[in-house]
Amino acid sequence: MFDVQKPETAVDQTAIKIAARNVQVFYGNTQAIKDVDVDIQDKTVTSFIGPSGCGKSTFLRCLNRMNDTIDSCRVEGEILLDGQDIYAPRVDPVQLRARVGMVFQKPNPFPKSIYDNVAYGPRIHGMARTKDEIDEVVEKSLRRAALWDEVKDRLDTPGTGLSGGQQQRLCIARAVATRPEVLLMDEPCSALDPIATAQVEELIDELKQRFSVVIVTHSMQQAARVSQKTAFFHLGNLVEYGDTNTIFTNPQDHRTESYITGRIG
Amino acid sequence: MTDQTNATGFDWDGPAFQSQMKKRRRSQIRLKLLGLGAIAIAFLMLMLLIGSLISTGYQAFTQTHLKIEVFLDPEHVDPENPARGNYRQILTDTMKVQFPEVADDRAALRRLTSILSNGAQFTIRDRVVANPGLIGETVQFNVPVSDDYDQLNKGLIDPETPEAHRRLKDDEIANFELLKDRGVVTKPLNTALLTNADSRFPELAGLKGALVGSFYALLTCFLLSFPLGIGAALYLEEFAPRNRFSDLIEININNLAAVPSVVFGLLALAVFLGWFGMPRSAPFVGGMTLALMTLPTIIIATRAALKAVPPSIREAALGVGASKQQVVFGHVLPLAMPGILTGTIIGLAQALGETAPLLLIGMNAFITSAPSTPFDSATALPTQIFIWADSPERGFVSRTSAAILVLLTFLITMNALAIFMRQKFERKW
Ligand SMILES: Nc1ncnc2c1ncn2[C@@H]1O[C@H](COP(=O)(O)OP(=O)(O)O)[C@@H](O)[C@H]1O
Ligand SMILES: [Mg+2]
Repeated sequence: MFDVQKPETAVDQTAIKIAARNVQVFYGNTQAIKDVDVDIQDKTVTSFIGPSGCGKSTFLRCLNRMNDTIDSCRVEGEILLDGQDIYAPRVDPVQLRARVGMVFQKPNPFPKSIYDNVAYGPRIHGMARTKDEIDEVVEKSLRRAALWDEVKDRLDTPGTGLSGGQQQRLCIARAVATRPEVLLMDEPCSALDPIATAQVEELIDELKQRFSVVIVTHSMQQAARVSQKTAFFHLGNLVEYGDTNTIFTNPQDHRTESYITGRIG
Repeated sequence: MTDQTNATGFDWDGPAFQSQMKKRRRSQIRLKLLGLGAIAIAFLMLMLLIGSLISTGYQAFTQTHLKIEVFLDPEHVDPENPARGNYRQILTDTMKVQFPEVADDRAALRRLTSILSNGAQFTIRDRVVANPGLIGETVQFNVPVSDDYDQLNKGLIDPETPEAHRRLKDDEIANFELLKDRGVVTKPLNTALLTNADSRFPELAGLKGALVGSFYALLTCFLLSFPLGIGAALYLEEFAPRNRFSDLIEININNLAAVPSVVFGLLALAVFLGWFGMPRSAPFVGGMTLALMTLPTIIIATRAALKAVPPSIREAALGVGASKQQVVFGHVLPLAMPGILTGTIIGLAQALGETAPLLLIGMNAFITSAPSTPFDSATALPTQIFIWADSPERGFVSRTSAAILVLLTFLITMNALAIFMRQKFERKW
């Protein structure tokens, strides 16, 4: 098959957080992901790049079983989080999603107050019970999302009233509030202006201190700026995976090279 | 200026382009006029309907009354048992005082007494029962006059027509004119229209029974169809697997919404009254029948409202680890609520105006007291209109129109509420 570069040559010796083996994803009868093997490291930013429709989102959504909500979607193979199969029958997808948080392409705050947006996750998971505990989580999460200073005086105003960039950071704060171990981001900046994008990118760099971050992006510059590892998808295949530097300066596969130099995509 | 040449040779003033443009403009104007015409016709029809209702109905919003000094003769009322007094006699005596010259002519006296409504004796009785201390005193009452005199006072009986062709004879008209000259004839607002129940006598007939009946029926209808409808829609939209069975259910719900209401009435007659032996004419049964019709409306409105909640909100909640129930009840349902309520109000407004199924379960009975529970016999607004429209007495003509106006007021209020809610809660995502 394709000469997929295996990631055992990890430069920094961080632990492997998610390991995918032989993952196949089908929508009905059409296969969207073919035979993907990938190891995602802890406390690292990994970016998924590739032309539109190549299955980046589909694969990302396998990692927190968001695909379970699509009736026609079927996932085969093995995805291990800390060595445990997340598709095993005993695993509860609801609990899994608290551990593997997700930020979406379009900022989607709940039509509730800023405070309630952030407090929602901790509340439903019973992580914070008293008012003080919740206050503390809300502040900490908003600080992590670099939003605290901008909203601390209007926590009870609706989250939908913020600007696009602020809304996206609010969504990041909301995801962070459940203390996830992995944060999945599906093109988190594609609806944002350049300044808001820069803020979110800076934030992603901060977040990798605590979480393993996986980001789907259609911007190669963004992948180069924020990620340490890059995976290139093409037509449902993982073509190449490795250090971001290597992928961008010395791609092994001709398809990767074509994509990076702008010949496909 | 830069040098530009018209390389393509396009001529804005050329005849070909001009005629093409004119044609386009003309068809545009034609379309606009057609649209305006359609709206104008619809508006005109509505004005015509409301105008004719008001022109006949406004008379029913006043009622001619007679101010009389009544001596509550202890001879005719026993203070121990004021409810059983001979108030008819008391009224006859009162009229005797007004027209001393006919005091001995019993027939003439009876005709004089018939100026007063048949209900006048009960007005007096109720006051005396409430306050027996009045017995032996002379008290002023303002009592309705009977329908014919009310018509006369409102100008609906023309004294110029030949005597044989009108309901009131010359001497009766003369007597009434006499009363008018004495200034005892008044025409106050007809509050009885809303506070009295139905009656054989138009001057006493009111809508209270119908209003209470409609209220109970709608309440029953709401309590049944709202939770059931939302539950069914939630299940179908959020939890049911998509397969041939759920498609079948969906098609049948849509069909159900299109079933003529009289069919639901027949069904209720056969099932609720026939099999289960529920009481005839009861607003509770009426409400159950109406719920059969409202249910599909609410289910369809709720499903549409649930579908309109953007998927991004579901994803957001699922993404932080909310369970399906938490997503549906914590986010989707509250966001869909304004749409659901709007659909419900519109469904209830339809139910309020529905007549045929209520006729079939006997809610067009003649009942002279308002129901005190939903299980008592009663009428509803539309069936009351049906009864009155069918009554021969002249006074019911204007009362029918007035009742229609009352019903329309409720319908318009409900629809306005629905529009208001839709605008107030309309969300921009
Ligand atoms: N819900 C779905 N149902 C059916 N096919 C889907 C669905 N979502 C995505 N696909 C298909 O799967 C393929 C991969 O899509 P996606 O993962 O969204 O690509 P990317 O995020 O890389 O642009 C596409 O061909 C797309 O049409
Ligand atoms: Mg995508």
